Amino acid sequence: MSDLLIFSVLFATFAVLSGATAGGPHGSELFDLSFVLTETMLLLVSSVTFGMAMLALHAGQRGKVLAWMAVTFLFGAGFIGMEIYEFHHLIAEGAGPQRSAYLSAFFTLVGTHGLHVTSGLIWMAVMMHMISRHGLDPIVRRRMACLSLFWHFLDLVWICVFTFVYLMGAL
Amino acid sequence: MAQHSSTAEGHDSHASHGSVKSYLVGFVLCIVLTAMSFGVVMTGAVTGFAAVAAIVVLCVLQLLVQLVFFLHMGTSPEQRENLSSFVFTVLIIAIIVGGSAWVLHNMNANMMPM
Repeated sequence: MSDLLIFSVLFATFAVLSGATAGGPHGSELFDLSFVLTETMLLLVSSVTFGMAMLALHAGQRGKVLAWMAVTFLFGAGFIGMEIYEFHHLIAEGAGPQRSAYLSAFFTLVGTHGLHVTSGLIWMAVMMHMISRHGLDPIVRRRMACLSLFWHFLDLVWICVFTFVYLMGAL
Repeated sequence: MAQHSSTAEGHDSHASHGSVKSYLVGFVLCIVLTAMSFGVVMTGAVTGFAAVAAIVVLCVLQLLVQLVFFLHMGTSPEQRENLSSFVFTVLIIAIIVGGSAWVLHNMNANMMPM
């Protein structure tokens, strides 16, 4: 819930500052929606593949858990790669966070989500190591349940991000 | 540690985990909803307030789909506790986001032009 509060506050900030472009570019001039659609699909697929990992976990199939987690990790890493590319592109265009309050809010909100996904990836790598070392013991199961919750939650946040930041920005 | 593992087992035994089918149904629904939201904006078929309303409704629908199919939220008795704490969280967040936007919009509107 504390994470939800962070994101809700950042969304509120973004909503308030979304008109404050200080003469700088607005979303409609910056965002490439098909790029964002690809990012969305990567994250959505990774959510489903993590679900498959959880099903394999409950069935006690260790090899399958590791395989699905590796797939999830790749999709998550692809998402982060695309986001870093997008940020780099925006900054290179002179639309960095220092350009206007709107862009500061944009980078804070989307960047915070990106940081969460990155820490999810680190967590996932640690869990893969734990599973390959200790197998599927109760502690691993519990931590996997937490990671599953976290990962699906990040997808939920992303739905709000693409709706309110990218799509509304492009309208 | 022993207590830890017993709660983990206890949690495992009565939480529902869904199935391959439920994940795939959720996945297809999400793809359709995502495609519809991007379609609304990218094709420009709907404009103005209707477009905003459409993507907000699609967003809420997709949130619900993911909660039900991926996070297995439901109304069964053993799920009721999860559901009520989730509804409470949604309420708090609505107050924070809606309240901040409202207050700050008012302040902005009442600001003297510089």
